[in-house]
Amino acid sequence: MGVVTNYIKDIQAAITSTYEGMSITFSHLMRRPMTIQYPDKIPVPIQETLPLRYRGILEVDLDICTGCLACERDCPITCITIGIDMNKETKQRYFTHFDIDVCKCMYCGLCSEACPTGAIRHSSEFEGASYNPAGLVRHFAPEPSNLYKPKKGGETEDKLIAKVDIGLKYLDEFATPDGGGAAEEKE
Amino acid sequence: MQALLDQMIQEGAFAGVPKEVVYTIAMVLTAVVVLSAFVAPLAGVTSWLERRVWARMQSRVGPNRVGPQGILQWLADGIKNIMKEDIIPTAADQKLFPLAPYVVFMGFLCAFVVIPFGESLIVADLNIGILYLLSVTSLVVVGILMAGWASNNKWSLLGGMRSAAQIVSYEIPAGLSVLTVVFLAGTLSMQGIIKAQGWRPWDWFMFHNPFTFCAFFLFFTAALAEGNRTPFDIPEAESELVAGYVTEYSGMRFLFFFFAEWGNLYVIGAVVTTLFMGGWQVPPVTDNPVLLGILQFLTFFLKAYFWVFVAMWIRATLPRVRVDQLMGLCWKYMVPLSFICLLGTIGFMFMDTNSRRIFGAITLGFAIATIINFFRRVGFQFRSAKPEAYWKPHI
Repeated sequence: MGVVTNYIKDIQAAITSTYEGMSITFSHLMRRPMTIQYPDKIPVPIQETLPLRYRGILEVDLDICTGCLACERDCPITCITIGIDMNKETKQRYFTHFDIDVCKCMYCGLCSEACPTGAIRHSSEFEGASYNPAGLVRHFAPEPSNLYKPKKGGETEDKLIAKVDIGLKYLDEFATPDGGGAAEEKE
Repeated sequence: MQALLDQMIQEGAFAGVPKEVVYTIAMVLTAVVVLSAFVAPLAGVTSWLERRVWARMQSRVGPNRVGPQGILQWLADGIKNIMKEDIIPTAADQKLFPLAPYVVFMGFLCAFVVIPFGESLIVADLNIGILYLLSVTSLVVVGILMAGWASNNKWSLLGGMRSAAQIVSYEIPAGLSVLTVVFLAGTLSMQGIIKAQGWRPWDWFMFHNPFTFCAFFLFFTAALAEGNRTPFDIPEAESELVAGYVTEYSGMRFLFFFFAEWGNLYVIGAVVTTLFMGGWQVPPVTDNPVLLGILQFLTFFLKAYFWVFVAMWIRATLPRVRVDQLMGLCWKYMVPLSFICLLGTIGFMFMDTNSRRIFGAITLGFAIATIINFFRRVGFQFRSAKPEAYWKPHI
């Protein structure tokens, strides 16, 4: 008798478990999928959701770069190459090239800590896909541009004031975690 | 079609070419048109829909990049696979290996000959329609075994052997369940079976009596097993057999196996609809033959596609069974139960119509109560998970 009871119980178990399982999967049709549909169909751009001090691809603001070569010297893998030349007549020094090879960069952040003006810094950009390695070399001085020379008694030009402030703010928040390091050096 | 060809031959359109040659060419051309215009998009869109349905059931999104909501994904997959290299291993059987996908494909495509899409929309209303269908779909097992053998690979051979054992075993409950319907209809013709039913649900063979209701589920389960669908997809169980009989295939030949699998899904739905759910029967709303034809086609297509959806749903729900469980399910449970259903239906055939209708009504009531209870369970599962609701089908 036990055999027949077990047989019927098996059939019952098969039917009820399939029934319950199918009700669970059907209820999933009405739930929002967990997937985040990067890079489009997301509520806010992904750059805005990144944390402070996120080390993305390096960017350089040449308008406030003094050409001190501190970053080039500090880089452990020499991914930064800077060329500086001088105009013989006006004695004005200028960049011939300022290239960062993103392929080599290991995002250690040493260059941005060494920079006195905060001109070189990590952006929140991380999408570095390219069809060839040469496309990953960022040229920050596509045409020769003059070096930045800090004026005594502060900047007067509005555009430059804003840029210097951004650089110093970056140094305070990112490069010197204990805070105030950049400001002390400046004084 | 034939009349048109005859007229063209009379007018000398083919410049004295023998009649048989013209007929053959016309048949091949028609087959190509039907294949490219109906079967290929059907299998393709089914593959896309299946991936979308699984994805939503697993809280994912699924392919939604190619075309609106990814509906052209199947075209992208097809083009990719055509351009891929077609590798034939040196150790493989050089004649059987390339042939096997086409045998599988033929087995599934021949089934479309007897599928009644409407009262007049059928390629050939054979008087042995359902018997023909059961026999041509068994041709698939030859192709699968051929693929398994010719690959000269132990996983492929194991997959092929498993598939052969599975399909041959599950033919028995499937055949016996079909037999209940054949007894009730008194004919093997697909159109005859549909004409023996009506458009009302209580005229369907599914709700004829409690035993046909059970036979319906037995047939659907057996058909899933014959189509190598999860939970019965042990011939291509990737956790044990890499990919079973398709392990050595690549490119378009590989795709042909899956083409047949997804097309077969629709054939399963169509056969279930024909045998148990009244086929193309529609309420008598119009006398216009064209409108009626369209209405019948839509009815049949939607009924069949509902069962395609159920097969996807089962695939997203149940895990794969083990080989011994698969055989145990067939021989220990489904074969005896289908015999009981057959004998029970024979018993009901001796009953007078009015008493039989009471049992039919009870079956229909039970089915409706089950569906209502099912949606209550769905509501319970939904509420107890406290999810973020998203009702739209697209995302």
